[in-house]
Amino acid sequence: MVNPAKIRLAALNVWFKDTHALKNISLEICPNEILGVIGPASSGKTSFLRALNRLNDTQPNFRMDGDIELEGENIYKDIDVNELRRRVGMVFALPMPLPISIFDNVAYGPRMSGIRQINRLKEIVERSLKEAYLWDEVKERLRESAFKLSGGQQQRLCIARTLALQPEVILFDEPCSGLDPISTAKVEEAMALLKRSYTIVLVTNNTKQAARVSDRVAFFLMGELVELDVTDKIFTAPKDKRTNDYITGRFG
Amino acid sequence: MISPKTKEKAAFTLLFLATVLVVAPVVLILAIIIKEGLPAINWEFLSAYPKSGMREGGIFPAIVGTIYMVLGAMLFALPVGVLSAIYLSEYSKDNLFTRLIKLAIVNLAGVPSIVYGLFGLGLFVTFLRFGASILSGSLTLAIMILPIVVTTSKEALETVPKYFREVSLSLGASRWQTVRHAVLPHAVSGILTGVILGVGRAAGETAPILFTVAAFYLPRLPKSIFDQAMALPYHLYAISTQVPGIKPSIRYGTALVLLVLVLAMNLFAIIIRIHFRRKKRW
Repeated sequence: MVNPAKIRLAALNVWFKDTHALKNISLEICPNEILGVIGPASSGKTSFLRALNRLNDTQPNFRMDGDIELEGENIYKDIDVNELRRRVGMVFALPMPLPISIFDNVAYGPRMSGIRQINRLKEIVERSLKEAYLWDEVKERLRESAFKLSGGQQQRLCIARTLALQPEVILFDEPCSGLDPISTAKVEEAMALLKRSYTIVLVTNNTKQAARVSDRVAFFLMGELVELDVTDKIFTAPKDKRTNDYITGRFG
Repeated sequence: MISPKTKEKAAFTLLFLATVLVVAPVVLILAIIIKEGLPAINWEFLSAYPKSGMREGGIFPAIVGTIYMVLGAMLFALPVGVLSAIYLSEYSKDNLFTRLIKLAIVNLAGVPSIVYGLFGLGLFVTFLRFGASILSGSLTLAIMILPIVVTTSKEALETVPKYFREVSLSLGASRWQTVRHAVLPHAVSGILTGVILGVGRAAGETAPILFTVAAFYLPRLPKSIFDQAMALPYHLYAISTQVPGIKPSIRYGTALVLLVLVLAMNLFAIIIRIHFRRKKRW
């Protein structure tokens, strides 16, 4: 294989007005891995994640240089931004269903991409909800408002909504920060199975979660990528002292 | 020493009295208009033309004229206002130009209505040669209520949580799809508040229609948008100042009809708003 990386970043710099949010980040994300991203608050984790689906672009005063490639294609020059976001899906920190029905939430992405036939949509909704382990809990009430679901169910609904577009990469932005331990376990379980078919980037404040589910872990600090290695190494024998300090809880 | 409890009681009493003071004039106005006006209301009053130099008969043409003008004004102001609100809230960048526009809109809301009347006379009646007509009057009223529609619509759009937009964009929707499907449906009830305020203002103002459309008396209904029309607020003004010896009940009756008409038009918007509010859950 000439190009085994799913996503490749080369010398990525991101600024918001005068804040240098990401400093010269170069890394590769492999297909079907879960890359955990850890680091203290305002270390650039979320900016990094939102660079991958160009959601940073919506921010005023956003500037960047460097290259981001998805399977060898530059995400700014070679791929239409809406197409990119269908290929690189995102699950947000808090469960954020739209104030519409469960069905309409999951069908939102496919509808926007032009799928109109109700049978096709029904198929997609059922498949996605099953993949997110939510189908059995909601199949009787797809027409109800998504707000009637519990927090954990809402977050799995958001995962289903992302899966409905059959993305190649899924970005998780602290997906369990608002969830109780049982819901968290369910989301993690879903992730472990999703990685068979998707590449996953997981930003998390919970280093234990990163240790549990990630194949590799990247440690960010003040906009720099301090260290990136397989999970065991990061947690047992980090090369950088700052990584060690962070995971042992000396700061952050 | 006054105890905190006494202070609290005093504060609440003060707040309550202030609220009563706000409500009292409204109740009083309504009570007087209903009391004095109700005896004049009958089928003839609502369905007939004025007779004997306005002293008898009905106000039918004025009712029809006001409905035409309000609908006409809304027809122009609503699409233009909502579209520009969408532009200002969803698309425009925060720069000197857009800040100037926003400043202009806020100031436009404070312009006295007679100035709109003169503006309408100059632009629509004279320059564009629409003459004194429903078209000129509606356009003038539309310009007058535009700031209301724009401001309330913009506020309605801005209260839609930012995450709706991010979620929609992250699912591959274009910016316009995001506005159309993830933002606008959830701003409808707020936009309708602007419609309600606009309808009330457009129906009730006299000065903007004074030179642009209103007729003292017309023996027939307007047939096209280029015809003049009678209107309730102007009719009320005319019979109160220029028709000596008119029964007071006719004046109050006209005012009552105007009030009820505005209320009825608002009721329609309110019902739609309740329908949309019920769906709103965040």
